[in-house]
Amino acid sequence: MSKIKSLEDLMKIKEKALRDLQLRETDKRGKITVAMGTCGIAAGAKDTLKAIVEALNENNINDVSVVQSGCMGLCEVEPTVEVRLEGQEPVVYGHVTPENAKRIVKLHIMSSQVVTDLLVRKGEI
Amino acid sequence: MPLAATTILICAGGACISAGEESVKQALEKEIEKYALGDVVRVVETGCMGACSLGPLMVIYPEGVFYQKLTPQAAKKIVEEHILKGRIVKEYLYKMPTGEAVPEAVEKLPFFARQVKIATRNVGYIDPLNIEEYIARDGYFALAKVLKQMSPEQVIEEVKKSGLRGRGGAGFPTGLKWELTRKSQGDKKYIVCNADEGDPGAFMDRSVLEGDPHTILEAMAIGGFAIGANQGYIYVRAEYPLAIERLNIAISQAKEYGFLGEKIMGSDFSFHIEIRIGAGAFVCGEETALIASIEGKRGQPRVKPPYPAQSGVWGRPTVINNVETLACIPPIITKGADWFRSIGTEKSPGTKVFALAGKITNTGLVEVPMGITLKELLYEIGGGSSTGKKIKAVQTGGPSGGCIPSEYFDTPVDYESLQKLGAIMGSGGMIVMDEDDCMVDVARFFLEFTVDESCGKCTPCREGTKQMLKILDKITAGEGAEEDLQELENLATVIKDTSLCGLGQTAPNPVLSTLRYYHNEYEAHVKEKRCPSLKCKQLIRYVIDSSKCVGCTACARVCPVNAISGEVRKVHQIDNEVCIRCGSCIEVCRFGAISKVSP
Amino acid sequence: MVDREKVSALVEKAKLESLEEKDILINTLHKIQDYFGNYVPVEAAEIVAEELGVPKSKVYEVLTFYTMFSIKPRGKYVIRVCVNLPCHVTGGREIVQILQESLGVNFGETTKDGLFTLETTSCLGLCGVSPVIMINDQYYGDLTPRKVKELIENLRKGGDER
Repeated sequence: MSKIKSLEDLMKIKEKALRDLQLRETDKRGKITVAMGTCGIAAGAKDTLKAIVEALNENNINDVSVVQSGCMGLCEVEPTVEVRLEGQEPVVYGHVTPENAKRIVKLHIMSSQVVTDLLVRKGEI
Repeated sequence: MPLAATTILICAGGACISAGEESVKQALEKEIEKYALGDVVRVVETGCMGACSLGPLMVIYPEGVFYQKLTPQAAKKIVEEHILKGRIVKEYLYKMPTGEAVPEAVEKLPFFARQVKIATRNVGYIDPLNIEEYIARDGYFALAKVLKQMSPEQVIEEVKKSGLRGRGGAGFPTGLKWELTRKSQGDKKYIVCNADEGDPGAFMDRSVLEGDPHTILEAMAIGGFAIGANQGYIYVRAEYPLAIERLNIAISQAKEYGFLGEKIMGSDFSFHIEIRIGAGAFVCGEETALIASIEGKRGQPRVKPPYPAQSGVWGRPTVINNVETLACIPPIITKGADWFRSIGTEKSPGTKVFALAGKITNTGLVEVPMGITLKELLYEIGGGSSTGKKIKAVQTGGPSGGCIPSEYFDTPVDYESLQKLGAIMGSGGMIVMDEDDCMVDVARFFLEFTVDESCGKCTPCREGTKQMLKILDKITAGEGAEEDLQELENLATVIKDTSLCGLGQTAPNPVLSTLRYYHNEYEAHVKEKRCPSLKCKQLIRYVIDSSKCVGCTACARVCPVNAISGEVRKVHQIDNEVCIRCGSCIEVCRFGAISKVSP
Repeated sequence: MVDREKVSALVEKAKLESLEEKDILINTLHKIQDYFGNYVPVEAAEIVAEELGVPKSKVYEVLTFYTMFSIKPRGKYVIRVCVNLPCHVTGGREIVQILQESLGVNFGETTKDGLFTLETTSCLGLCGVSPVIMINDQYYGDLTPRKVKELIENLRKGGDER
C-alpha cells in the first residue's frame, strides 16, 4: 500500500470500497433476484449469481441489489432470474447461464432493453 | 476484496459477545462453507449495533433483515432458509409489542428509526478492522480537507461555530478548549483522548472505540493540527481489551495509508498516536488524574488551575477530549458547523449517545438529538419498563449525577435542563429504576462506589464520603435516626464545596437528589424501620403463603443456604435467620406462594 | 525464583514500544503481570525499579494504587464482579452473594485450592445485559444465581471457560 498523498488517491479508495459497501444499502433503483432453490442451484444458479455480481461490479453499477430467493416454480427453465427496475414491470428470464447473465446486465440493467430470447414472463403474477 | 451479493453484519459488541456471538458466527461460517457460499455471502463482524437486549443479533443486507436472539441452531436455519431459499425466518425476527414480526427492523423500529447518528454513524455498519470501509463512508476526508484547505485557526473557528460541547460530562465548549491550548506557549503540545469510560451505566465510548476506531484517530489528527500538537495519547481503561486490540490495528492501518506519521498526505504536518492503558482506577477519568496516569504515576488529581490547556502532560499544553466528542469532529468538518447546529437545541447542539440500562425493555445504545424529552427517550425509543411495573425514576450521570423522578419526564434532555433538576448529563448513562427499587439503597450504592474509588488525596472526599456511607448503612439497616437526615445534608454540602476534584465535588449528588425527591422513603426507613420498595435486606422477610404452597419442594431444593424446610406436599417454611434473601426461591416457585414483606 | 533476564527483556520491550521513555512504568507492569499470570512478584517489581531508574517506593505506590495490579498470586480464574448500579438494580446483589457463598471467600481473596480469586470491578460497560461478571478475559451477562452456580461448578470440574 503506497501512502495516500492527495484527495484523488483518497477518492479512488472510497469509490472502490463503496462498491463493496453499497451492496448493503437498501435504497436501490432495482433488484435482481436469482432463484436459488435446490433446483436452481443444481442448474447452475450459483455461477449465474456470481456472474451477475461480477458484471455489476465491472460496470460500476451499485444502485441495483442482488438478492437470492427460493424456487420461483419455473424449474424447467432454471436458472431463473427476475429483474425489477423502478417504474418498470418485473421481468423473469430463464436459462440464465453466466454468459446470458452478463447480457442481461448489459442490455436490461444498463440500457433498459428486455432480452427477448430469454424472456419467460413479464408483469406481476 | 471478495465479491459478495449478500452481506451478513453480525454484531460483535461486548454485550453480544457475552451472549454467545462467537458460536453463532462459527455456525454461520460452517454452514456457508457447507453450501460453498463463500463467494457470494460475506460475514462481517461490526461494532455494537446498540440493541443489547436482543443479542446476539445480525442484519442481512441488501434486504436489511434484522434477526435477534440468535443461537448456533438459528444461524444454521437462517443459512438454509434465508440465504439459500430466500425465505425469511420469522421466529428470529424482532417482534413488536403487538406480536407482529418485523423484518426490516433497522428502518422501521422506533428504537432505530428515531435515532440520528453522528458520533456512532459507522458503529454497527462498517467492519472496524477494515480502513477502506471507513474511507467509503467519507472517512479521512475531513483530515484531507483540513490539511489541504484550512488553517488551524479556521478549524478551531469551525468547531467553535458548531457549538460542540464536551460529551464526557461537564459540557465545556470544545472549540474554546482547542483555542486556549493553541494560544498557550509550549515547546511541544499534546492531544489526549479520554477513553477511560468509567461511569456506571455508560458504554458509548467502548462502542465507538470497538466499532469505529478510525474516527478517533482522524479526529485526533485534526485536533493535533488545530492546536499544534504532533503527538496524541489515547488513554483506555484496561477493562476494555477488545477496544485496545482494535485501536492498535487501526493505528497500524492508518500509518500504512499515511494518515498518521510524518508529513501526512503530502503536507508538513506530522502526527503520532500512542495508546496508554489504565489499570483500574475510576478517578483517572478526571483530567488531571488521567495526566498523572499517562505519566506513569498514581492517578491522583491536582488543584486546577493551571488547567491542562496551560500545563498538561509533562507540564505542556494539552487538550483532553472524550471519545464521543472526538467522534463528532470529522462530520462537523466535512458537513460544516451550520449542519451540526441544525440538530439539537440552541445551547446544546448536535446529538447525544445514551446508554439505556436497568429496568427498560430496549437496553442498549441510542443516539438522539439533544432536547428530546425523557419520555420520548425512555418510552418511545426505550420501550418503557421491562418488568411490567411502573418506571419510578431514571438515574443520569452516574455517581456524579442524580435521580429524576417520573413526574419530570417531560423535561428535555440537555445540559442545562438536567442540571436544574439536580442531575447532570454526565457521559450519558441512563439507569432506569422501577417501583421495586429503593432510592435510599441507590444513594447508598453510589456512595459505596465513591468511597471505593476516592483516591484518598483530599480529606473531604476521603473521610466525608465514608461518614455519609456510614449513615446510609445505618438507615438501610433500620437503625437510622431522624437527625441523620440533616447530618447527611450537612456533610454533603461540605464535601461539595471543599473537595479537590470533580469526583468529590459531585459525589454527594445522588444523595442530595434522592433526599430532595424521595424524602418520604428516607422517612419510612428512619421512622417506621420499613423499606417501602422491599429492597433493603435487613428490613424485609421472606414468607410463604400457606394457602398457595403445595409442597413441591422446588424452593427448598434451590435455596443455597438450606433456609427452607418442609415435607413433600406439606406447606414449607422459611427460616429468616438463615435466609440470605437471594430470591432464588421466588424465581422457581410456580405457584406465586413466596413473597417479601417489610413490617 | 524470578528470572531476571526475562524481566529485563520485558522492560526493554516496553521501552521500544514507546515514543517517550519516561512514562512507561504502567505499561511495563502490565507486561510483567501478563507474563507471571495474574500478579507482579515483588522481586520482579524491584528489578523494574532498577531498570527504569525509579525508586522502589514509586513502583510499589503504582502497584497498590491500581486495582488491576496485584502483588499477591491470584487464582487460576480471576472473577471480576461488576458492583455498579446498572447491575445492582437487575439482581447483581444476589450474584455477589451467591459467589461469596459458593466460593467461600470475600472480595480480594483466593480460594484455598488456588482456583478462584474474587474481585470487584467498576462498570464493564455491558449494562445492556446486566448483571455481568468477567472471568479472566471472558464476559458473562444476563446472570441469575442459578447460572452463576452452574458456571462455578463447571469450572471446578475442569470445564473450560465457555
